[in-house]
Amino acid sequence: MGSYFDGSQPGPFGGDPRASGRGQGASGGTPSGFLGLQTSSFTDFLASHSPGLLPGRVVPAAPPIPGADPDPRAPGQAIRDLPHATTIVAAVCDGGVVLAGDRRATAGNMIAKRDVEKVFRSDEFSGMGYAGTGSVGIEFVRLFQVELEHYEKMEGRSLSLEGKANRLAFMVRGNLAAAMQGLVVVPLFVGYDEDSSQGRIFSYDVAGGPYEEQRFYSIGSGSLFARGALKKLYTDGMSAADAVLACVQALYDAADDDSATGGPDLPRRIFPVVATITADGFRKLPAAEAAQVAEQVIRERLANPDGPPAALRNG
Amino acid sequence: MRDKADYARKGIARGRSCVALQYAGGILLVAPNPSSALHKISEIYDRIGFAAVGRYNEYENLRKAGVTYADITGYQFDRHDVTARGIANWYAQTLGTIFTESPKPFEVEIVVAEVGVSPSDDQIYRITFDGSVTDEPGFVAFGGQADQVSAALKERYSDDMSLSEAFAAALAALSAPGNGERPEFAAAQLEVAILDRARDHRTFRRIRAARLEELLAGARPAPAAEPAEDSSDAAPSGTSAPGSAPSGTGPSGTGPSGSAPGSSTPPSSGGPSSPSSPSDTEPPTGPAPGGSDRGTGLDGGSPL
Repeated sequence: MGSYFDGSQPGPFGGDPRASGRGQGASGGTPSGFLGLQTSSFTDFLASHSPGLLPGRVVPAAPPIPGADPDPRAPGQAIRDLPHATTIVAAVCDGGVVLAGDRRATAGNMIAKRDVEKVFRSDEFSGMGYAGTGSVGIEFVRLFQVELEHYEKMEGRSLSLEGKANRLAFMVRGNLAAAMQGLVVVPLFVGYDEDSSQGRIFSYDVAGGPYEEQRFYSIGSGSLFARGALKKLYTDGMSAADAVLACVQALYDAADDDSATGGPDLPRRIFPVVATITADGFRKLPAAEAAQVAEQVIRERLANPDGPPAALRNG
Repeated sequence: MRDKADYARKGIARGRSCVALQYAGGILLVAPNPSSALHKISEIYDRIGFAAVGRYNEYENLRKAGVTYADITGYQFDRHDVTARGIANWYAQTLGTIFTESPKPFEVEIVVAEVGVSPSDDQIYRITFDGSVTDEPGFVAFGGQADQVSAALKERYSDDMSLSEAFAAALAALSAPGNGERPEFAAAQLEVAILDRARDHRTFRRIRAARLEELLAGARPAPAAEPAEDSSDAAPSGTSAPGSAPSGTGPSGTGPSGSAPGSSTPPSSGGPSSPSSPSDTEPPTGPAPGGSDRGTGLDGGSPL
């Protein structure tokens, strides 16, 4: 693991004589390569077997082309022009947790994609969303899904919720070198804790984490606006349906003030992706249901563009 | 080489047979196994199951290698690109290499089963200790006195059986003379799992506790209560203990505890008529078939 995270291991499949004799079942070589090379962590296995498959591995910058105009900003500009995912919100509700994300991906000042999904199921009782470079985020999600399932199949039990959150932290830290070069991706991890029968939220920074969050949280470019909205809308012990509504309201507010966050797109019928995680497991709201919530928010905003006002005084 | 083959064959024949067979809603895997923690049957991938007889430490090692192979293939390409055929080939290569190169052959026999979109897409492969692979359409019995069990299963097997019919056939076959001394099985002595065609994503489900008792009751000759068809439980909950592998004939290290968390899923649909008892008297009492085998609830385990 260490060798992966400090980036000292060489690239994919080649060059390193130490690695060449080991299991290469998927790419030829001795078929018994996987015997005795099994760990409960798929990420660790990848790091020893084929580190090139890990997300966010950065090749050293190519030497400047002779004669070309040296433009130090060029690589940074290229990375800024990659599609970036934006706002994710999460809120703990009665008996679980709600996770929601807008649908926009931006590339610089352009809208790269209107219907991107950045809220995913990671296993039966957890889900994740991400903000940052889309391509790296997708790899993160895929790897994390396999990581959890792999552990479960190997050990015959699933990881505890903290265990899952910690695994994700290692993966985020593994991406640190890439993040320093601009391929930043930050996940938001939520899950239903079967031991304490409640929903929990974990946030991360580019160097890892996890930081457990109370009640609600948001990440991404519109997160400040979304969190401000949730602060006024959230009440302890709110039902899942109310928490869904609060999250969609918060996303609307984020889209209202952040150009990189997409609001509900009525003509194209593109609405936020919302998921609930309860004792019954992960459930992504069907498109019709998500549309219903978003349309309700829009109807109310027609009368009151800034959304439901909070009480000025308690009581 | 012959010595090695005899050695492996004897080791495998000491155990008891397992069976894998197709039914309308998927593939059923049944193994006599007194341990609820050391599994003979497990999940490899979304639509692929694994069953083995022989030495626990050896097939557990193979199982984990198979899971790793499947997971990395699925991660590298796509989940649809993981096939039972690929895994069976990989096992065949591995076992073949071990048989020829290692002084001690593995005393295992493996079945890899994949449930398809329709019954005609189902695949069952049997891999023996020397790396031979056979494609076994419909059903297979392996390990122990496989020939007798297979013959008994062949008599009862038919296409498009319901789960309870398939289970009754499997049980009758496993109780065939020659396969151990105890012809009557209790729930605690059986390990049962299905690959459920109707499920999305991960189709592997263990059938335990109350659900298994139901199936057992339905499989006994008396026209007992109708078992409904829904799968129970999900992911394995016991931890495996590769280090403490008992020798010889498979898991027996821990006592029969049989205390897996039971399904809370009530019988939701009437199953097809009562499973055929060995004496082909059909007591048609059940409501019309039509309930799917789709599992409904998720209980406290950790299903995906």
